[in-house]
Amino acid sequence: MWIINTLGLLLIAAIVWWFWLYKPRDVATSAGGVVEIVVENGVYVPARVEIPLGRPTTLRFLRKDSSPCAATVVFSEFDISEELPANRPKDVVVNPGRTGSFPFTCQMQMYRGELRVVEQKSNLEE
Amino acid sequence: MQHNEGKCGEGKCGEGHCGHGQRPSPATQENRGNLRLLIEGMSCASCVGKVEAALQQVSGVQHAEVNLADRSASVAGSADISALTDAVAAAGYAARPADQAGDEMAEREAADLAYYRKLMRDTAIALSLGVPLMLYGLFIGEMTITTSTERYAWLVVGLFTAAVMYFSGRHFYVGAWKSFRNHSANMDTLIALGTGAAWLYSMVVVLVPGAVPEMARHVYFEATAMIIGLIDLGLALELRARGRTSEAIRRLIGLQAKTARVIRNGEETDIPIEAVRLEDRVRVRPGEKVAVDGIVLEGHTSMDESMLTGEPMPVKKQEGDEVVAGTINKSGTIVFRATRVGTDTALARIIKMVRQAQNSKPPIGRLADVISGYFVPIVMIIAVLSALAWLNFGPPPAVAFALVSATTVLIIACPCALGLATPMSVMVGVGKAAEHGVLIRNGQALQTASRITVMVLDKTGTITEGAPRVTEVLTFHDFPETDALSLAAGLEAGSEHPLAEAVVQSARDRNLSVPSVEDFESIAGHGVRGVVDGRQVLFGNRKLMEDQQVDVSTAVAAAQQLAAQARTPVYFAVEGMLAAIIAVADPIKPDSIEAIRRLQKNDIRVYMLTGDNAATAAAVAKKVGIQDFFAEVLPEEKSNKIAELQHAGEVVGMTGDGINDAPALALADVGFAIGTGTDVAMESADVTLMRGSLHGLADAIAISKATLRNIFQNLFGAFFYNVLGVPVAAGVLFPLTGMLLSPIVAGAAMAFSSVTVVTNANRLRLFKVEAH
Repeated sequence: MWIINTLGLLLIAAIVWWFWLYKPRDVATSAGGVVEIVVENGVYVPARVEIPLGRPTTLRFLRKDSSPCAATVVFSEFDISEELPANRPKDVVVNPGRTGSFPFTCQMQMYRGELRVVEQKSNLEE
Repeated sequence: MQHNEGKCGEGKCGEGHCGHGQRPSPATQENRGNLRLLIEGMSCASCVGKVEAALQQVSGVQHAEVNLADRSASVAGSADISALTDAVAAAGYAARPADQAGDEMAEREAADLAYYRKLMRDTAIALSLGVPLMLYGLFIGEMTITTSTERYAWLVVGLFTAAVMYFSGRHFYVGAWKSFRNHSANMDTLIALGTGAAWLYSMVVVLVPGAVPEMARHVYFEATAMIIGLIDLGLALELRARGRTSEAIRRLIGLQAKTARVIRNGEETDIPIEAVRLEDRVRVRPGEKVAVDGIVLEGHTSMDESMLTGEPMPVKKQEGDEVVAGTINKSGTIVFRATRVGTDTALARIIKMVRQAQNSKPPIGRLADVISGYFVPIVMIIAVLSALAWLNFGPPPAVAFALVSATTVLIIACPCALGLATPMSVMVGVGKAAEHGVLIRNGQALQTASRITVMVLDKTGTITEGAPRVTEVLTFHDFPETDALSLAAGLEAGSEHPLAEAVVQSARDRNLSVPSVEDFESIAGHGVRGVVDGRQVLFGNRKLMEDQQVDVSTAVAAAQQLAAQARTPVYFAVEGMLAAIIAVADPIKPDSIEAIRRLQKNDIRVYMLTGDNAATAAAVAKKVGIQDFFAEVLPEEKSNKIAELQHAGEVVGMTGDGINDAPALALADVGFAIGTGTDVAMESADVTLMRGSLHGLADAIAISKATLRNIFQNLFGAFFYNVLGVPVAAGVLFPLTGMLLSPIVAGAAMAFSSVTVVTNANRLRLFKVEAH
């Protein structure tokens, strides 16, 4: 029985690690001030987007998901809520005034993405 | 999206959102971003090429892309809209700018309908297997495996179930997998895990029965099929119910006319409203809708504006009056000049504002958001713990109990009900308010409006008509009455104060001359002075007179008597000597008293705010049934009074016309801008009352309270459901009842919990404000 219990506890640890502790590194960056995000099968692809501070960035959402849950994208930190038409791009222009990680979700918080705002690198660094 | 310029400052709208792919008004006749054109006449891929080529050649076009599927073209750049439509026409097709709101709504409805049909088809497939299996289990035989014949029979059923999972439930599994890879979990994850676990366990029982104890050789194919069917059914019903929550916005969009009869070069033609330009002359015949906003040039009529303002009585319109898009011409024919077209019309702005507000979330919904973010992994952990508990402490067959409890926990938990609780109610509540001519800026304003304890009403233009008139002219020192009125009118001709307008109008009504004024000076909150006909004149309150050493002792009693009759006595002095008291009265709006009573009935303490002297203020306040008032308040002091009340712990609403009380409106917890018709600064107030009646204010409060009550019911229901449902599913009642909850019952409960939330939100549509 102790094997089953250990496996169960390991499973719980895996859930905690996978869904809460793991920090994914695959982050999409904006090219030319535009990031394309596809909404499909319950997720945003890419789900993590890095944008520079102080420069307006267009997030171009393309909703391929028929579910009504996918129809609205909410950036609660910025008080932005936009309806996404099906199969047609919808631009959401953001220009956050501070660095940090800001979630974007559907109305029910089931579709989740993250907008990371970072200091712009200087030309020399680039 | 919300742009709360009034309150959020840089913290909110300064950062974040600076536009969202909007296209400019066709009025600008220039496309400075992405424009969507609807193209008619395309039938094949070569048409796409031709239209794209035609559009690309138009000056200013950066990029043009045609979509054959929805017969549309997206054009980026800064091209002239008519040049684009002409280019498409020259290529042999027809193009028109898409009616953004109407077309998007139609597209969404079509997409929702298609999805609804798919879900119903999925439901039918799943239930056509699940129901017979469930009935067999209930009434005919055991769903266990004891013989090899049973094994083969259940293997076939298992394969059928797999087909159901593929055809009817594929979206759950794909969504769950994609979310998993994305390190997130959602409703799909729970359903996929629950149904997947039940099917896998059953297949293990069928394929390797020796792997599980004999007592636990039970199959759960019916649970898998039934859960998929019931949840698809729940999603379909939810989709239908959701559609009804958009009724108000659909109604507003429906107010837009499709065409306008424009007079150009002496010819009248019906053209699409997108093609109407500024300064166009537009004819509207009886029974027709006004297509764009404008000023009447010819004719007179009465206009039904109830759809926008909630005001049931038709409004008379004549030359010089404003007409707004979406209203209906009742009687005569008019010609008007277009002053706002496309997305600039009041109706288009109302639609945009209502949509934005419907999508915003009040703070009460934030907790649910936080919980939703952690919800699914927590449920997964509870499912594992529940299974472990059964395996360790459960009676035989412990494996079967563990599987059933874990599956039921996964299936019964409903994050969607939590997530839907707030937005659905806001959607209906904001729409309901719009139906009553109340525009609520966002969820924050909606929530705060429901908590208001004190309402401050600006007197002029809010409680009263805002159109004062001269009632008496009392002269002193034998000064002729007509001279006093004429000189006062001359002095006031340059002022925009409502009292000044009353004096000038009175002089004109009596055919008196209105001489010009020199050295005009306005002394804020006190009055004005200047030189008229070479004489030094002063017009203002008692303090102004005393400051200027004018003896008013002989007039004080008369002034007090006038004030006691709710009139505003204004002193008029010529060359340092009191010449007259001109009494001005501003009629109280006929329904102010009743509306104030409605507010008070809702336990809201009503204050009146006025620049009038205390005696006049007291008289007006008494007439309308207000006990508390602030009198002799200078315009710049209005916000101080709001701050005083806030410091006393009150949640303060401020209602004014937004002209000289903008700082007070902005400082108040909720600022209500009261307008007559649609001529109001909608963008500046938390709540805009489209009509002048204070009943709009009482309606706004009643609707906000009803909406918040509805949100609370939804949130409580969703929390209660999950907090109660998950432990029951885990088996906490087993020691008492000796039974575990069936996963099928859990599936039904889960599916209908979100339908219940949306249906409860829809109940708000039936909410009726107090009749008045």
